[in-house]
Amino acid sequence: MRLPLIVLSIVGALCGSAASGAPPPGFSDLDEVMGQLATRQHGRVEFIEQHFLKVLNHPVESSGELRYDAPDRLEKRTLKPHLETLVLSGGVLTVERAHSRRVMDLHAYPQVQPFVESIRATLAGDRSALERLFHLDFTGSVARWTLTLVPLESKVKQSVAQVRIDGMRDQLFKVEIRQPDGDRSLMTLRPSTLP
Amino acid sequence: MMARRARVLILWVGCIALAAFVVARAHYITDLSAFLPANPTPVQQLLVDQLRDGPATRLILIAVEQGDAAARARVSAAMVEVLRKDSQFSSVNNGEAVAGQRDREFLFQHRYLLSEAVTAERFSAPGLNAAIKETIDNLASPAGLLFKSLLPRDPTGELLSIIDQLARAPAPQSRDGVWVSADETRALAVAQTAASGSDSDAQSKAIEAIRAAFAAAAADSRRGTNAGVQLRLSGPGVFAVAARAKIERAAVRLSIASSILVVALLLVVYRSLPALGLGLLPVTTGALVGVASVALGFGAVHGITLGFGITLIGESVDYSIYFFIQSRRVRNGAAGRSWQQLWWPTVRLGMLTSVCGFASLLPSGFPGLKQLGLYSISGLIAAALVTRFVLPALLPQDFAIRDVTPFGARIAALLQGVRRIGRAAIVLWSVALVMLAIAVLYHDRATLWNRELSALSPVPIEEQDYDAKLRADLGAADVRDLVIVSGADLESILRSAERAARALQGLVDDKAIGGFESPANYLPSMATQETRRSSLPSASELRANLKQALDGLPLRADRLQPFLEDIEATRHAALVTSRDLAGTSLNTGFDALVLHQRDQWNALLPLRSAAAGRPIDVARVVAALKDAKVDDALVLDLKQESDSLYAGYLSEAIRFSLGGFLALTVLLLIALRSPLRVARVLAPLVLSVLTVAAGLAIVGVHLTILHLVGMLLIVAVGSNYALFFDRQAHAQGDGSESLTLASLVIANASTVIGFGLLSFSQVPVLVALGTTVAPGAFLALLFAAIGARAGNADAQHS
Repeated sequence: MRLPLIVLSIVGALCGSAASGAPPPGFSDLDEVMGQLATRQHGRVEFIEQHFLKVLNHPVESSGELRYDAPDRLEKRTLKPHLETLVLSGGVLTVERAHSRRVMDLHAYPQVQPFVESIRATLAGDRSALERLFHLDFTGSVARWTLTLVPLESKVKQSVAQVRIDGMRDQLFKVEIRQPDGDRSLMTLRPSTLP
Repeated sequence: MMARRARVLILWVGCIALAAFVVARAHYITDLSAFLPANPTPVQQLLVDQLRDGPATRLILIAVEQGDAAARARVSAAMVEVLRKDSQFSSVNNGEAVAGQRDREFLFQHRYLLSEAVTAERFSAPGLNAAIKETIDNLASPAGLLFKSLLPRDPTGELLSIIDQLARAPAPQSRDGVWVSADETRALAVAQTAASGSDSDAQSKAIEAIRAAFAAAAADSRRGTNAGVQLRLSGPGVFAVAARAKIERAAVRLSIASSILVVALLLVVYRSLPALGLGLLPVTTGALVGVASVALGFGAVHGITLGFGITLIGESVDYSIYFFIQSRRVRNGAAGRSWQQLWWPTVRLGMLTSVCGFASLLPSGFPGLKQLGLYSISGLIAAALVTRFVLPALLPQDFAIRDVTPFGARIAALLQGVRRIGRAAIVLWSVALVMLAIAVLYHDRATLWNRELSALSPVPIEEQDYDAKLRADLGAADVRDLVIVSGADLESILRSAERAARALQGLVDDKAIGGFESPANYLPSMATQETRRSSLPSASELRANLKQALDGLPLRADRLQPFLEDIEATRHAALVTSRDLAGTSLNTGFDALVLHQRDQWNALLPLRSAAAGRPIDVARVVAALKDAKVDDALVLDLKQESDSLYAGYLSEAIRFSLGGFLALTVLLLIALRSPLRVARVLAPLVLSVLTVAAGLAIVGVHLTILHLVGMLLIVAVGSNYALFFDRQAHAQGDGSESLTLASLVIANASTVIGFGLLSFSQVPVLVALGTTVAPGAFLALLFAAIGARAGNADAQHS
């Protein structure tokens, strides 16, 4: 009778390290935040985005509106300085401007994927989608949280070093994307006042 | 007598050996050229080149169906990865971007010569300001980020504008990284074969390679199970291979089936194996000689000729049937006179009338019909000669077949019933039938003939619809309308293509057409490149302009040193030639749009319609090109051109057939020396042709060129029946018409069996032949018999 017990304890120890161990602190909060985000079917916020690029003397600023429809449609309408509509739907990114329309399949451009998928998957409360691409680090509380995403794949790491999303409950208010070369973009969100 | 017999046999065996030698050495072609003109005009030549080897014929459309979406995408990606490494394919695309390092390098290196945006204004201060501003704006969007590292070298974004330039064709929808249909139920890919679409063997191998790659990809379950995923292929090459296999299968299966049935029939009739063996000699000799003459006359034999030639069995088997059944009567009755003396003249005349009919195919511009004509003529003559000279020489002394007189007598008795109707009534009924048939044909005259080449297509409608659906999903890759510019060298056609492109762009802007492709998109003419190169400013000028342009922009001039260097390098670099293009994947697109034959160069500019299902207004395209003074351009509507080509053949074939009928009438007038007798012989033939044509029209069949050939066969076979009845009515000394009737009914049964089987084939052309000849031959016999009874009654009264 002793032998099985030993076996069991070994198996238990092995499993524990992988699954049955205590959840890292904050992860139940992450699940709660994700759950709250997942229940939202539509979202509409205004954004101001700043790109800090080394090659440029001062940041490029743009602003507009972000719309989200569950589960996988994200529309980014830039109103200033130029009209541009960016639609992510079904893994395909469509960029439309006054004279051009460009369609990109995100599967074909893994380096572009984290820029949009990080926001989309977070808005969708789709933790497994996030975990496919990133290592997740959640800090803070449900009321005021920070989610840090670090790409898993080396190809993706070449274009994005880290994505940091700040939020309160099911509201996102800041998305910062850092590139490995030190360039970064900062998007600030607030409830839409646009008609 | 013995010496003569030996000479005949030696001659015959010699001929067979020679024919067999020629047949064995002959070259056989299985491409579509049997349906294409032999002596084309330059326009037709272009069309033929397009239909045989054009870029469209090299496309294989690949659909992955069933299973779940992820599995389809997985299989599509894995399959395409394998196929891309296969040299049989010049390109394979399923929407996955292959970061073609070489392509990128080529485009980037030559960006200032290749980009349409390069003009002198673009490098002026305001031009640079606008271009750089846009590039900076692009950096704010995820797509532009891809080009961030290129900014110091390419601040005006020329690479992006070249990529846009090349990607003007509408792309299909994507899902999970691969192209999918609009309803997302299948993953799509397009393969372009290196070999031309008319090379059926190469196409067949390419198709096998795709199937193998699919099977391997579907079986690979490392990244998830691909259960239920299925492959479906479409495209001209796939159709050609399937059609070839289908025609071969149908020809083999039907020939075996009809051979078994005819052999069984003959065994029942003859009750003698030697008779059966001898009876098949005329047919086999005829077929062998027929193929050999086609090989000698045309240099190569079209596979389709062999397919249709099988049907010759119908008439040449008749010869031996007449010989055996009627010889018996000769031995039993009319003393001292042989079959050769009594019956051969009639068989010979029947054979000659058939030859007249088939001779009308010889002047056709349609190689397939020409060959069929020569095959039939030489085959029939050979079969008749074998019946006349070889069969008597081979006949054993104690040869006997079953007496079929009782059978003939029963049929004669049946005909007695008709006889009572009386001559006047028969004439009346005939006239009524003719009037009715003509009324039907006149009523349907507009739709009587199918004037579309696709009528001959062995591809079932369902497959054609599926193909159209895939093409629509893939962004209307169906090349139907083309602008073709010709010239003496590559440079001149590229210049013309550029001029034509400017005219066509106007039509795109007006939404008259959806878009177009041009080889000049891949390789601009030297003249255009020279203009672009000379529009690049000198280093000092550019530096000054740049300084002004960057005023107010968040970019420092010293960052753009690589840009200044690249521009300076391009100013002194050589222009891009087609040799530079080779080795990049762009070469595939370029190659497909440039044809070089003999001393002529042609550039193809395929047009896309503005919306699916909306045909292109060709007249408007012609006018736009004319306004733009692109004089050496030609607008080709492939479908319309090929249809008018076919319609031309059809009316030509109809004219020639009527000519053949006239020749046949003259021949009969000379042989029979009586207009009345000629009319009696011809009446049942005309009547049955009209009845069959009207019957087909009533059931909604549109007649094709193969129906016409079928009608010729009705006349060819039916003329024998009519002539035997005619002989019966006018010959003295042998009263037994039971045997004539018996031989004709048995001959007719074998013909109806042979052609009737064709009606059950899956191949439209064979069905056309079968449904015309089987009822036609039967009616010809029936009408000839009834008419002859009337004539006989008349003769007996007088």
